[in-house]
Amino acid sequence: MLAILLTDSAGQFFSSGHTNNWAVLVCTSRFWFNYRHVANTLSVYRSVKRLGIPDSHIVLMLADDMACNHRNPKPATVFSHKNMELNVYGDDVEVDYRGYEVTVENFLRVLTGRLPPSTPRSKRLLSDDRSNILIYLTGHGGNGFLKFQDSEEISNVELADAFEQMWQKRRYNELLFIIDTCQGASMYERFYSPNLMALASSQVGEDSLSHQPDLAIGVHLMDRYTFYLLEFLEDIHPASKTNMNDLFKVCPKSQCVSTPGHRTDLFLRDPGSVLITDFFGSVRKIEITMETINLTDPIKQMEENSGNDVQTENNTYVDQLPVSEIIHQKPKQRDWHPPDGFILGLWTLILLVFFKTYGVKHLKHVF
Amino acid sequence: IYLKIFLLLRRRGKLAALSIAAMVILVGVPLWWKTTQTYRAWLPVAQINELAKLQLQLSADVEVVFARGTATPEQQKKVPVTQTQDEDHAVDEDTTLRYRHETRYRTATVMEEDALKQPTAAEADLSLHRLSESPCGSLVIYVIPESSSLLPENVNVYIGQRRTALLRIGAQMKVGKTLKQLLAHLEPRVKQILQVMSFSHNDITAALSDRVRFSPDNKESIADSMRAFKSSPGYEITFSLLNPDPKSHRLHWDIEGAVQTYIQPLLTKLSPVANFSLDSQILYYAMLGVNPRYDSSRSAYILNADSLAHVINPVEARLGSNAASSNPVLNFLLYVPDAHHSPLYIHDHKKREVQTNAFHSPRWGGIMVYNVNGFYQTGTNFPVDVNINMAKVMGVFLAQLRLLLGVQSTAPPSSFQVAPCGSSGLADWELDRLMWSRSVENVATATTTITSLAQLLDQIGNIVINDNIAQQVSSAVTSLQLAVAELEVGNLGFALQYSKEAILASEKAFFDPSLLHLLYFPDDQKFAIYIPLFLPMCVPILLSLLKIVSEVRQRRREKQAKKD
Repeated sequence: MLAILLTDSAGQFFSSGHTNNWAVLVCTSRFWFNYRHVANTLSVYRSVKRLGIPDSHIVLMLADDMACNHRNPKPATVFSHKNMELNVYGDDVEVDYRGYEVTVENFLRVLTGRLPPSTPRSKRLLSDDRSNILIYLTGHGGNGFLKFQDSEEISNVELADAFEQMWQKRRYNELLFIIDTCQGASMYERFYSPNLMALASSQVGEDSLSHQPDLAIGVHLMDRYTFYLLEFLEDIHPASKTNMNDLFKVCPKSQCVSTPGHRTDLFLRDPGSVLITDFFGSVRKIEITMETINLTDPIKQMEENSGNDVQTENNTYVDQLPVSEIIHQKPKQRDWHPPDGFILGLWTLILLVFFKTYGVKHLKHVF
Repeated sequence: IYLKIFLLLRRRGKLAALSIAAMVILVGVPLWWKTTQTYRAWLPVAQINELAKLQLQLSADVEVVFARGTATPEQQKKVPVTQTQDEDHAVDEDTTLRYRHETRYRTATVMEEDALKQPTAAEADLSLHRLSESPCGSLVIYVIPESSSLLPENVNVYIGQRRTALLRIGAQMKVGKTLKQLLAHLEPRVKQILQVMSFSHNDITAALSDRVRFSPDNKESIADSMRAFKSSPGYEITFSLLNPDPKSHRLHWDIEGAVQTYIQPLLTKLSPVANFSLDSQILYYAMLGVNPRYDSSRSAYILNADSLAHVINPVEARLGSNAASSNPVLNFLLYVPDAHHSPLYIHDHKKREVQTNAFHSPRWGGIMVYNVNGFYQTGTNFPVDVNINMAKVMGVFLAQLRLLLGVQSTAPPSSFQVAPCGSSGLADWELDRLMWSRSVENVATATTTITSLAQLLDQIGNIVINDNIAQQVSSAVTSLQLAVAELEVGNLGFALQYSKEAILASEKAFFDPSLLHLLYFPDDQKFAIYIPLFLPMCVPILLSLLKIVSEVRQRRREKQAKKD
């Protein structure tokens, strides 16, 4: 008889509807003086790994390399606290998007899944409708935008549209969005998809401040909000039952100077019943296997003349870096644009014609 | 004369101004419009909107065969007769379902009667199967008399390995004289059998979960829907042997042979549903991550059910996966405990020992603990060679594989006896059920993908729609229409194939890399770009045009004044 005992494990299924966890952690700033943003992201990465999410389910995007930066007096380390108490870089960090690969386009591609077919598995967000996703963004931001790499920005409308596309394709069960930038609350104002919960380190019009500088390294090591968030997360272990209401209380105004905000109106469950480990950890549901199939056939012996029959499969894969293109660098075919200075030439032509026909002294008749 | 030259030059100036204005309006504006337009290929929006309202009809053919002794001669004269039953369900405002069963009643042929004379039900099933093979999706129910010895006392229905069932009815006195009464008596019993062997409302609504987010009242069905993997064109199965103590145990497992003998038949049978790729690995020094308790009463180590949830994460970090494909991965781990922690048993929530010594995690895979301390005596020289009994191991893994792939196993009613699935690990009717729910799931997912893609492209006017996307969308729409049509007729195999094509095409269109919307410009940015370009050019033109107009009007007034 095929029957499954679910009496006790069914209780586990209702507390949350997810079976796996993913995390997308993004640091958007480059340059040495933005050390604290990389430290922010790495400390969340460390907590998330410690609580159980494996590297295959984490997409880590760091816009610059601080640990191996020329200006780092302690190479191969990224510290989160002065006196160098905690090295968040560790020795098993797996960065999926590094340096100039961290762009708005790549970030949106990861979220919506529109990646070219040659993208490896570690760079993809392979979530399904039963995944809980944690998204953490940090960097420099403003009212309604977040700056990427000092040259481009992502607006809150684009982010909300990306989440809506994820919802349309059922790419998440529940999503927790945490942002630690100046005026961070503006980034979650425009969300409209269900099952989103958002936290920000500061309200619109406020700046998010950094915690403390380290005199030996010479830069600020972490932002206040993430520092207290890390302190809070260090007390969480995989079996703990702390819920989201405690997370909302992290870093009150007295410690943070800015006012952290949160948004839960789009979330279906009550935040008090949502465990921290639902997003930051990866606690698996388990069912005991009750039945087995009785197999009585003996194992077929593989014949020894398989050497003759071995078929070499021609493996094909998408050309990632075709050698011929590298060698013969041809300029890419771009759309035709009018030549530079066309507009300027047009102005000059028009002004010349007018000056000629009306004469300079009659210019006052025209204007 | 100077006045004439002056007037001539003035006229030329006016002509120049007019011609520039004309150029700008007639040539410049269309050129600007054309070059800033995005290329959008045509999409079959009307057909997509039609598909948004999904009306699915599922048809199954059922044959009910009367063996000797079940129908009176008067009743037999009226047979063969065909009945059609329709059942309509409206799931939500966009989705309606109709289940159609065409039941054909007939009497058994001589050869079938001979087959039913076999001593046991299993043998009868085998010989009936040899006579004729039922097509995919259909069922045959043989009605046997109460006096038949095929089924034991308390069992009224026997469900075979293929697509047949044996149903025992009561004595003719109780049933009735006319054919109508007989059929009316049989109808609820046949319906019960159909719930188990063919599609049921619960399965189909669970398969529609992509379209319809509903909350079922049944606890088991929530767990069922979360356990099985979603429909995907391919899966990867990985078998791993974890040996934390190579110093004590030298393990040998014939994984190639075991896979070939035990797992491959199931996967071959499931090939219309999905492609499977298999690999295996051995991991040394991989610990469980959870410390088992020592139970002195049983002199064994115990893992209780609460700590099982934390076993998987530390191990998962070490398991590799195929970097090239994005198919879902099913992991099956065989853990041989180290010599100091042997034997290791798993206890369930009620503190009872689990017979299979295995557990599984929804949408991930399964882990089995295999104790080898019984194979050698204490004091032998380590390392000891151990040959793993692959039949036992694969029996458990096969059961877990069935669960994870969604071979539904709702418990049948108590008077039913279900034959154990054969060497391929899957009965034919179970395959049919899986194909029904997969087809419906694929059709539901593909329609939501296509409609949301059409909505998205409509809303955001700036996205470029290339020709290949339009082609994928058109082919997805065609495949969907074909799949729905085949489901209506009852050709399960073709319906599944078309639904798979529809899903592939729709996913390819939706996830095409060129559809990234990066063209959001706030209005103030648009003004900021265009004003410095066009305003300085337009101001002189406009003013000179106004001046020309005012001069013409003045001259006309002068002419009027002269005339008067």
